[in-house]
Amino acid sequence: MDSKETQFKVLSFIMYKSKNTKSLKNILLYDPTSYSSIINKLLTLIVTIFTATAILPLILVLSYVVIRGSEQLNLNLLTQLPQPPGDDLYSGGIGNAICGTFIVTGIAATIAIPIGIGGGIYLAEYSKQGHFSKFIRFGTNILAGVPSIISGVFVYGTIVSTKIIFGSNFSALAGGIALSILMLPTVIKTTDEGLKLVSDDLRKGSLSVGASRFITITKVTLPAAINPISTGILLSIARAAGETAPLIFTALFSFYWSNSPQSLLEPIASLSVLIYNFALEPYQAQNELAWAASFILVFILLLLNIFARWLGRLSR
Amino acid sequence: MSNGNSAKFALRERPAAERFVDEGFRNVAVAMASIVAVVLLGIFLVILSGSLESMGRYGLNFLFISEWNPVTDKYGAFTAIYGTLVSSLAAIIIAIPLGVGTAIFITEDIFPSTARYILGMTVELLAAIPSVVLGLWAIFVMEPFLRPILNELHTKFGWIPFFSTAPIGPGMAPAILILVIMILPIITSISRDSLIQVPQRLREAAYGIGATRWTAILKIILPAAISGIAGGVLLALGRALGETMAVTMIIGNSLNFSWSILAPGNTISAMLANQFGEADGSQVSSLMYAAFVLMIITLGVNIIAQWIVKKLSLKY
Repeated sequence: MDSKETQFKVLSFIMYKSKNTKSLKNILLYDPTSYSSIINKLLTLIVTIFTATAILPLILVLSYVVIRGSEQLNLNLLTQLPQPPGDDLYSGGIGNAICGTFIVTGIAATIAIPIGIGGGIYLAEYSKQGHFSKFIRFGTNILAGVPSIISGVFVYGTIVSTKIIFGSNFSALAGGIALSILMLPTVIKTTDEGLKLVSDDLRKGSLSVGASRFITITKVTLPAAINPISTGILLSIARAAGETAPLIFTALFSFYWSNSPQSLLEPIASLSVLIYNFALEPYQAQNELAWAASFILVFILLLLNIFARWLGRLSR
Repeated sequence: MSNGNSAKFALRERPAAERFVDEGFRNVAVAMASIVAVVLLGIFLVILSGSLESMGRYGLNFLFISEWNPVTDKYGAFTAIYGTLVSSLAAIIIAIPLGVGTAIFITEDIFPSTARYILGMTVELLAAIPSVVLGLWAIFVMEPFLRPILNELHTKFGWIPFFSTAPIGPGMAPAILILVIMILPIITSISRDSLIQVPQRLREAAYGIGATRWTAILKIILPAAISGIAGGVLLALGRALGETMAVTMIIGNSLNFSWSILAPGNTISAMLANQFGEADGSQVSSLMYAAFVLMIITLGVNIIAQWIVKKLSLKY
């Protein structure tokens, strides 16, 4: 509105000054029937349709998950064990899968976060644009692009089939390691980028008052970059918690609780594998359970995402 | 140190303990950064050594034989490789206009900024929906909805080889569509980031010399952001090539080759997800060989993506 008003004022001023008003009108007045106006409107319409087409399926997925999942929300769902697929209509709950997702993701985070932050610190604080750091940056990007199922195959080949960890094959630990491989590049990248955003003055200031490199990093630069780093880490945790492919032949699945330290060396249930297994069962009771598990999983992941983004915006 | 008169301003000698901690910390950081390289190399070596037996037996013919038969112990991955490439390429071709269109919608000031902000957030959050949940939705909602449409396609255009079989449920076509839904948020968010980075003065200059909105977008802004968009598209292609869960659940996992996109098909990652857990003997080796092929393809795509972002990026 505002720009049109100014346009009008400018135009009337020019018209007032000039004798030849007719040609000026043709140049400056907006003509909705002109070729370029129509093309512009058409393109805007196309982009709007594209956007609607792109966003609609995602909204549909979310609404179906909420509607079909929340139908079965009750205490039993959260506290009971799933029943093995069979004839009866009672399918039990997904309690062990919820715990399992937390355990496996927790193992992955315990492995990936220290390694990732260490690697990120090296890239941002120590490396001097040499071949080694270039190679590590390149490797991080490549590792981020490795399909998740490949990391499952890798862990199967190194840990599951060789029974290298106390003679156990499929285990929560193997699943956690497979997920940590997926988390690692994200943690390294966000640490690297977060530390690079810290002003160099801080670093120099700290070093010049006599702090050592170690103290400078742990007490000055890392705390200054903690917000973007924790945002990135939370997002990578959320991504790992939703992953299925690396778990199906490393952590497998279990119909029991994993409640002793021993059970870290045994197969473990997780929400994502439960959804995969039960979606393909021919029994409706199991399918319903898969929807319920989807609801819980999506709920947890969205919460994590919103929290991470809120944390990220705090720092701006 | 003890130079007599200047002792007051002498530099403090770093205690041995401090130097030890400093050096140690640096070494730990280097070690953690190296883990990326070790893991990457490990993945490569484990999968290569696992596939050696099958490589020796089939050589490059493995890539062109479509027979995959665990009973007769004969393996060729053509069906899966073809399925991987076709599903990903088709998905990316559909997703590019939709994703880039949505990114334009979000970044350019065609619509009120609140609406665009909400839409941007929605896309980001919907990207958090795990692929296994998309697969569940595809099985129970999308595929039943789609079947009459695909049936129509078959009766009208059955003479084209790509539509030559009647849709029986899971198949290549629904897999392509679920891949589109999956990679759309990736293309949208990366395109949006690169569009935002186009300097404001370029837009102002374009409008200043009388460009219409869409002339500015198509001739100035998009070309300026093209490197980021191209990189994002290739990253999404890499993701689509390696995507496992949603595709496995809906593609039908057929071991027979068919030109028709309405028939059940297979991809490398779907085959791995389905068979790896129960495979033994030379089947494991053949699966490893297939995994190796997948890794080489995604590696190639990712390296090209990085190269494009580096080489094509215009500096402002």
